[in-house]
Amino acid sequence: MTDAPQKTATRAAYGKALVKLGELNPNVVVLDADLSKSTKTEGFAKRFPERFFQMGIAEADMMGTAAGLAASGKIPFASSFAIFASGRAFDQVRQTAGYGRLNVKIGASHGGITVGEDGASHQSIEDIALMRVIPGMTVIVPADAEETEQAVFAAARHEGPVYIRTGRSPVPVLFDEDYKFQIGKAATLREGKDVTIIACGVMVSASLEAAEILAKKGVSARVLNMATIKPIHVDAVVAAAKETGAIVTVEEHSIIGGLGSAVCEVTGEMCPVPVERVGIRDVFGQSGTPHELMQAYGLTGDDIAQAAVRAIDRIGT
Amino acid sequence: MTKEETRELQRIAQRIRLGIVKSVAAAASGHPGGSLSVADIMATLYFKEMRIDSKNPTWPDRDRFVMSKGHAAPALYATLAEAGFIGKEELTTLRKFGSRLQGHPSMRHVPGVEMSTGSLGQGLSAANGMAIAAKLDKRPTRVYVIIGDGEAQEGQIWEASMTSVHRKLDNLMVFFDYNGLQIDGKITDVKSFTEPAAKWRAFGWHVLEIDGHDIQAIHAACEEAKATKGKPTMVVAHTIKGKGVPFMENIVDWHGKAPSEEQAEEAISHLEASLR
Ligand SMILES: Cc1ncc(C[n+]2csc(CCOP(=O)(O)OP(=O)(O)O)c2C)c(N)n1
Ligand SMILES: [Mg+2]
Repeated sequence: MTDAPQKTATRAAYGKALVKLGELNPNVVVLDADLSKSTKTEGFAKRFPERFFQMGIAEADMMGTAAGLAASGKIPFASSFAIFASGRAFDQVRQTAGYGRLNVKIGASHGGITVGEDGASHQSIEDIALMRVIPGMTVIVPADAEETEQAVFAAARHEGPVYIRTGRSPVPVLFDEDYKFQIGKAATLREGKDVTIIACGVMVSASLEAAEILAKKGVSARVLNMATIKPIHVDAVVAAAKETGAIVTVEEHSIIGGLGSAVCEVTGEMCPVPVERVGIRDVFGQSGTPHELMQAYGLTGDDIAQAAVRAIDRIGT
Repeated sequence: MTKEETRELQRIAQRIRLGIVKSVAAAASGHPGGSLSVADIMATLYFKEMRIDSKNPTWPDRDRFVMSKGHAAPALYATLAEAGFIGKEELTTLRKFGSRLQGHPSMRHVPGVEMSTGSLGQGLSAANGMAIAAKLDKRPTRVYVIIGDGEAQEGQIWEASMTSVHRKLDNLMVFFDYNGLQIDGKITDVKSFTEPAAKWRAFGWHVLEIDGHDIQAIHAACEEAKATKGKPTMVVAHTIKGKGVPFMENIVDWHGKAPSEEQAEEAISHLEASLR
């Protein structure tokens, strides 16, 4: 390797992937609700104006329209900020895409607090929980550009509704083209035997940092990238519990209802072990730079490493 | 349309009403009022206007119908039974455990149901999506929708109404079932809804106002909609909630209540008399 590859925001990768997908599949259509510059669907809009539907500031209507397009054989990608796609339009997603088992793909950008300066109104910390609870909904939180592109293609191939959460801020590159994303499969990024850190989205690289910090203390941490929150990769969670005896979950989302909950549902029923959930602790976000916010809400590599130590300390207690 | 044709559609509408009364009575729950108010529109759409094939319910070029006011499921099911999409004997399974005839229409259960509805305010958006898809694929498909007057209190109806116009969906036709009643009372008492025709006209729709029980007027409206280019058509259909069953007509209470056995018998013999 020469230079380190450029950091890219997953939302940018989403936009690019849509254009590629649009070239290959004429049934792919894209909808947006006056945020195409931010969700990065503008590239698709320019390339395929006849297949791009600007819906105005009307997320509920956008989701319903996407449902009708899907019911007519199209593969709509409906895009907005995560909080509006999942929150404002929850009932529409639930009643049509969900209950109708329709082929609606929701491209939700600006997940979590790395939205930054816009503040709590725009920082979605509930969307994974909201989408996860809808029967039949697939929920994907890719960790970098490559995984985002593959997730978009996988979503298009998948029959049924899919929620893809991307982020605003640039994130380090983790994967190259040799990586094979599969819906419902975790990827082991680092082997370890003392504890497993299970992370998604922007928190994956912080989790790798945490593993480095732990290694210096003589703690061997496995790191799993759990890009699919639903269906969760049960076998990978069970193996982590059995083989390492303690788990830390890490997400840029409330610790209620998201990845942490999904992992605890598996361990609680199948293999109880200490689990520490790193995430937003039942509070709203606020304005600030992404960096400041990650510090303030305890989402740094150090915080994750400390949680790992706590989890290990609880083994056998 | 000939007199005989009109008479035949009237008879189909009465049979749809019979199906509504029988199914809701058998279910001992459900929504007769708003189902009865749209029976004439349903009969005209399914037996005069729409290009559909009950033997091939997913024929890609078919016309689509969305019952946005999903609680009028009994009207949709009774119509689908008349049209041969489902068996007439199935109507009395309405709302029963294991039946395909869910309390509100589910597209994954019943052939001919094009969109799952029940949460009010959403069907028009979905219909827009279908109309857009038809245009993209250059299909002759026309999309028909029924929305309730109470339902139009939902903001999404107005979001969708802007979309239909912005996208110039002249393959879309909507009936506004103007029966003046919702659950908690008269529309004018709950939250008044003035001048619907003027509202949609201001939104840019081609708007017609008709008697929603006049088969010939419904047919003429459909013809006018087909001839209207560049705009969607909204038909403000003046209707009577509970129409065809005298003791239900215009009574708020019959929105979501099943008739007793005696009441059902009375309604059935009244409707059957009209068929003789
Ligand atoms: C979003 C939503 N809110 C509330 C209801 C409960 N609900 C069912 S029918 C109804 C009244 C509908 O009135 P209208 O649209 O006028 O229907 P109609 O008179 O034709 O029966 C209500 C409030 C619902 N189904 N969906
Ligand atoms: Mg009404």
